[in-house]
This record gives sequence, structure tokens and C-alpha cells, in this order.
Amino acid sequence: MLHIANVSHAYEDLVSLSNITLQVKSSEIVCLLGPSGCGKTTLLRIIAGLETVLEGKITFAGVDIGDTPAHRREFGLMFQDFALFPHMNVADNIGYGLRRRGHRRQLIAREVELLLERVGLAGMGKRDIASLSGGQKQRVALARSLAPKPRLLMLDEPLGSLDAQLRDQLALELRQIIKDKTLSAIYVTHDHREAYAVADRIAVMNIGKLEQVDTPRNLYHQPRSAFVAAFLGLRNIFDIERSSFARRICSEVISSGAAAKTVLIHPSGIRMDQATASRSLRFDAVLTSAVFRGDYFDVSVSLDDDTTLHFANPALPAAVGEAVSVTIALDALIELEE
Amino acid sequence: MDSSLGGGHAALTASLRCAANLLYLVPLIFLVVFFLYPLLALFDLSLRPDGILDLSAFARLLSSDYHIGTLVFTVYQALISTTATVVLALPCAFVFARFRFPGKSLLLSLATLPFVLPTVVVALAFAVVLGDGGLLNDLLRTLFSLDYSPIQLERTLALIIIAHIFYNFAIALRIITSYWASVGFATEEAARALGANEISLWRDIRLPLIRPALLSSAVLIFIFCFTSFGVVLILGGIRFATLEVQIYYQAVSIFNLPLAAALSLVQILSMLVMLVIYTRSQNRLQVSMSSSAAILRCPRTRLQRSVVFACVLLITALLFTPLLALLWRSLFLTGKLDLSGYIELSQRSRASLLFITPLEAVFNSLRYAIMAMTAALALGLIAAHMINRRGRWSRFSDPLFMLPLATSAVTLGFGFIIALDEPPLNLRSSWLIIPISHTLVALPFVIRSVLPSLRTIPPSLGEAARVLGARPMEKLLTIDAPLVSRGIVVGATFAFTVSMGEFGASLFVAQRESVTIPVVIYRLIGDPGLGSYRQALAMSVILMLVCAGGFLIIERLRAAGVAEF
Repeated sequence: MLHIANVSHAYEDLVSLSNITLQVKSSEIVCLLGPSGCGKTTLLRIIAGLETVLEGKITFAGVDIGDTPAHRREFGLMFQDFALFPHMNVADNIGYGLRRRGHRRQLIAREVELLLERVGLAGMGKRDIASLSGGQKQRVALARSLAPKPRLLMLDEPLGSLDAQLRDQLALELRQIIKDKTLSAIYVTHDHREAYAVADRIAVMNIGKLEQVDTPRNLYHQPRSAFVAAFLGLRNIFDIERSSFARRICSEVISSGAAAKTVLIHPSGIRMDQATASRSLRFDAVLTSAVFRGDYFDVSVSLDDDTTLHFANPALPAAVGEAVSVTIALDALIELEE
Repeated sequence: MDSSLGGGHAALTASLRCAANLLYLVPLIFLVVFFLYPLLALFDLSLRPDGILDLSAFARLLSSDYHIGTLVFTVYQALISTTATVVLALPCAFVFARFRFPGKSLLLSLATLPFVLPTVVVALAFAVVLGDGGLLNDLLRTLFSLDYSPIQLERTLALIIIAHIFYNFAIALRIITSYWASVGFATEEAARALGANEISLWRDIRLPLIRPALLSSAVLIFIFCFTSFGVVLILGGIRFATLEVQIYYQAVSIFNLPLAAALSLVQILSMLVMLVIYTRSQNRLQVSMSSSAAILRCPRTRLQRSVVFACVLLITALLFTPLLALLWRSLFLTGKLDLSGYIELSQRSRASLLFITPLEAVFNSLRYAIMAMTAALALGLIAAHMINRRGRWSRFSDPLFMLPLATSAVTLGFGFIIALDEPPLNLRSSWLIIPISHTLVALPFVIRSVLPSLRTIPPSLGEAARVLGARPMEKLLTIDAPLVSRGIVVGATFAFTVSMGEFGASLFVAQRESVTIPVVIYRLIGDPGLGSYRQALAMSVILMLVCAGGFLIIERLRAAGVAEF
């Protein structure tokens, strides 16, 4: 559907994107995930036609859209600040794109009603924008970008300005609405949990480059680089040259020795005092901290060479400061690229 | 660069940008031809009266106690007027920013009325109320059976200052009120919680907080009082000549053009300094739209209620007394209802030196005002757009387009008659010179009205419209235009009323047949005989009603058509 090939971009002299290649398939939701300033919003604005590229090519449904101005691309873009028109009411905001396409008034009114209902704002068409709550504004912005039936929907941190509780709930709702409409979508966020909830695939970006593109599950279990692992909140990343513990694990797991300089011990493969997995290593350790999280504990243990491991454990077999036994599954070792 | 991508789009964007840049040239060219060129002609006349450098006019100016005295008096009266206006407006602004009470928005809107009233009308209205033969003296004489006028304000500084307060009160009130309302009262509540009493609240919190608004309004009022012409000319006469009045006398009565030009130069330089201060104070005034607005309360305690009442009373009295007095005087000049002043408007008074009837002057004024409004709006919108783009152009174009505001109308008019009197721009005897000069005077008002609303439009709104399928022109019409429409309407009002009431420049450039209402009023006041005075009163009332009517219609349009955001 959407093909981004070798796209680079710069603001004045500052390179903001370099050599980005990415595809979005039909009815697929791709998340651009990365810290602020990594270029994800710039990439979105390029796709929307609001920025011009330095190099590269963007095609949609096989057609080069580099020359197509923003208003002819028929894409939807939901802005981070929602960019609702303050001089129009809710219904007029939602119907704006339809009016630009010259639809008849009754048709627009009916479409707006349907959308209002779909986003849970039935009967609020006459409301003033200023009178809406943050969550309501978010829904109006979504409805407005959906109304002209865009060929591609882009969302720039659509939940960024909302509080955490509302975010979790709305992320799921958003995914459901996009999937119902069988839309292709690009979703920008800096929150990996939000990306997990919404995306079919996630593209992790760092300083203008794509680090890894994969499904949420693969990304979590097989992060390719130290940056991706760290950005997803994974700890236990070790420099092989500096960590004797890492070298030891590597020699156990990889007979030929590790090719990478950095490795991750994935927390999902670490357990405290449990039945040994089919292939695993056992270490003696001291429990240094434990945080109750409801269904599990976030724990840290210290090995004899002062290596600290962080992972989630379903139960707490000992008190903090006591000795525990830690098992590490052999497949928990992941070699990371530079 | 990949030619298949950026090529066509970039070429289109480049040609659009080129067209936009060409459009930007239009107001710049207007400014150069009708402002900078006459100004340079003035400089030339003052520095090289006979084609060679000759500073004798300056030498005479600087060595003459009389002219130094004029300059000192100009500053002195402007300082007193400014201080008095701000001091009076401050408590009212506090009440308006703080309390909710019935009729408040109407009063705030009406308080702006004097600002759009022509100086000639204001001056005549105050003469009617406080002059020797004025209504107040009439009343006191009748009440206390006196055979003399107890209030002797005619041709005093006090009368000038009172008229200046009337004239500029709304500027201070509006600027301070809106700033105060936007910064809110949260810090005040914090200070109160920390134990501040009412005195320390004013001293440590309120006044420091609104200092940008105080400074900005004071500088603006000072500029207006410094360049005040009609009020001083009519109420003060030659005894209280300010720089403006002196320029007029030197140029028109004594015909000492080099000296008048030298005075104009001094005027321009002093105004430039004040303009720089004003622009700086303006920058500090910008408050983010998202800042929490103050929650308005009804006055509860007896003290609060009486403060609100006093403020309402002050504004009403200041506002309506002179205007009603003018209306009353025009109808009952001889003690009983007498409409002859109005009826005779289609005739020339026998004693008058006018070449057209007052009624014809009304049509002149209307025609010029519509032309000036249209031109100022077109030029002002382009200029505001250019300034708003930010960047190198904006930085120098913003103060550049404010220059006409800082140059007095008298200087402008004087510059016009000495610069635009030979081909290819021989406008000296053309009526066109009047709407052109009015456009110049109105241009800064249009820009200052449009720019704030233009600046508050986030770029994402336009981008959202584009992504939703709006072509550039549609975006302009459906997003930008409605969002700045309030500014446009306000700018149009200013342009229209400024043109209707413009006096200083018109007095210089208007020809026998092209005189406008204010010029006719001034001539009629100077004419001997009751007939001319009656006509002057009637003309003033008409001008007052035209300005007030236009003002009210637009205020209503503004309230109904454009949502506040």
C-alpha cells in the first residue's frame, strides 16, 4: 500500500531523517515508536505532504505521491494538539473534510451523526469546541480525520495529552475503530505500552533512523539493538568485555562464542526458585529489592560478581536481603547489534 | 535530489512563494511612495531649504526659548494627560477584570466609543460642557443666580487634559482589563494564602503583574497626547501650542516652511523613540491563550458593590456628559428647540468662507472613508500576513508599518503638500490625496487589529485543513479568514472611523471642494456668527452619530457573528 523508500529529510542544515525505508500494508496499523526528537512526527508530516523530502520516494498504491500536495492525498491526519477549528462546532469540524470534497449537505449530516455515534459522542454535534473535555476533543479529532474516508490514517501522539487511565482505555478503542473501518494507519507514539496495544507492527526510531520493524511480540522478545531493548523498558543489558557474568552465559549458550559486543538477558527468561526450564542455568543470588505489582513482583537480585538482574517474578520466595536461587533460560540470551 | 519527487511540487511552491512575495511589495511600495518619500521631502526642506545644507532653521529652533518652551509643553501636557488617564482607568480595569455585573460588556464596548470620535467633535463637546458659555456654567449661573461664569476653563491646560482623558480612557481600560483577565488572579490567591493584606497585594502582586499592560497603554496614550492636534488647537489655541499646532501655524499662517519642517523633524525623532518603547512593551504583552482565565465573580460585599458602582458611574459620566451636551446644545442653542442648524446644512452660511455646503462635505467624508477603509484593509491584511511569517522580513516590517502611527497627521499632511506637488505624482490639487492620507493613517490600526488574531492561530489548524482536502484558497477562506474576521472587522471599524474623523492631515491637503466634515466644523467654529456655530454643532452631532452608529453596528456584528475562543 504505502512504500517509503530511502527517504531523508533535513530542517535547514540539521538532518532529521536519514534513509528511511518502510512499508504499510493494506488494513495494517504500523506504530512509529521512539523518543521525542527522533523524527517520527517529521516522517508523518512527510507522508501527509506537509514536509518535502531531501531524497527518496514515497508511493501509495503504486503511485508516486511526492508531487501530490497535502490536500490531494486523501490521507487523514490526527494532530497531537487535535487542531480542532475553534470557530466551528463539533459537527462542522467533523464535516469539514466532507464539505471540501463537495458532498451534499444531507449526506454530510448523516455521516457526521454516524461518526459521532461511533466515537461515543452521539447528540453532541452542536457543542462548542471550547466546551469539550480532553477526551471528547480527542474523539472529535478522530471522527474528523475518519469522516472523509481517508486512504491512510495517520495519528500523531493522539493520546499524548490525556491522562494515563484514559489512555489505556482509548488506545484499545482506537484500534477497534480503525480495524472496523479496515483502514491502513500509521500511529506515532513514544509510549511502548500504547504501541503494543494499538499496532500490528512497530517501527522503532532513533535519531532519524529506523532501528527495527516488527510485530509487538517479536519486538519485545527479540529486540535487535541495545537502544530498542532499553526503549522497550528491558534492562539486563551487558557489555561482554566488561561483564564476566555475560561472558560466562555466552560460553554456556553459544559454543562458538558471542559475535556481538552487547547482550540482553531477557527478563521473561529469568525466574527465582522455580522448576528448572528444559535448558537453563542456575545461579546463587541475593534478593536486593522487590516491588509489589499485584499479580507479580518486580524484583532485583545481585549475583556474586555484583551483577544485578531485574525481572518480574510471580511470587516472593524470600525476604529482601536473603539468598535466593535464580534460573536463566538459555534462550533468554539475546545478542544485540551496535 | 530525486527529480521525480520534489520537482513539480517544489516548482509550484516556489512560484506561489514568488507571487506572495510580489504581493508583499504592494504595501511596501505604498509606504515608500506616500510615507517615506514625503518624509524625505520634509527632511530635505528642513536641512536644505535652498538646495544647500542650511541648519539655520534648527539653530533658530534650538536657540529660541519660545520653541524650546513648545517642546517642553508638548511633553508636559502629554505626561499629565497620560498619568491622569492611567490612574483613572486602573481601578476601572480592576473592576472589569475581576467582577461580573449586568451591562458590563455593553459598558466596555461603549467606553471605546470616544476613541473613534473625531478630535474636533470631542473638543467642541468639551467646550460645550465646560466652556465659559458652556452648559455647566449655565447651570451654575441659574442655580446660584450668578452674573459671571464660575468655571473658567476655556483656554486652560485643564480642559485639554480632561479632553485627553475622555479620549484615551478606553485605551487604558481595554489593554489593562484584557491583560489582567488573561493573567488571572491565581498568584493573588497564593499571596493571600501566604498572608498578604490588601496594600501588599497591590504593591507586591497586582501592580507588578500588570506592569507590561500599564507600560504599554501609557506609552500608547503618551503618543496620542504628544501628537494631539484638534483638541489642543480648538481648546488651547496658540497660547497652548504643542509641536503639532506650532507646525500648523508655522506652515499655514506664517508660511515659514523650513521652520515647520524642522519642527516636524523634531516631532518625528521623538515619536521614533516612543515607538521603539511601545513595540518592546507590546512584545511583553503577549499572553498565551491557554493561560487560565480569571473566574469572574459578582460583587458581594458592600465595599465591592460601591466600587463597581463608582466605576460604572465614572465611565458613564465621562462618556455621556459631553456627548449628550453636544446633542442638547445642537437642539436647544437658544433655549428652545431649534433645528435650523440642521436644516441649514444644505446652505452655505453667509459669513462662511466655505466653498461647499456642509451637506456636501458629509458626502465627501463618507466617500473618502469607504475608499480609505477598503485600501487600508487590503494593504493591512497583506502587511499583517507578511509580519506574521516571522523571519528577517517580519523583524523590520513590523516597526516599519507602525511608522505612520508614530508620525503625526499634521506632519503627514505637511509632507504631502510639499512632496506630492509635481509630476509624476501631482496630487496636490486632486481629491485622491485625502483618501490616500487617510489610508496611511488607518493602516497601522488595521495591522494592529489583525495581527493579534493572526498570531494566535496555531499552524496545525491550517495543516489540518490541508490534510482534510482544503485547497490553499479554501484554507484561507474557511480557517484563516473566520479566525481573523474579528480582527478584520475591528480593523475596518478603525479605518472607517479614523478616516471620518481625521483632522490634521485633511486640514493640510483638503481643497476647497474636497473638504471633509472635521475641516468644515473647524472652519465653522472660527467663523463669526451664531449661524455658523449652529451648523458646527449640527455637523458635530452628525459626525458623532455616524461614528457611533458605525461603531455600534460593528460591535453587534462582532458579538453575533464570531465566536470568542
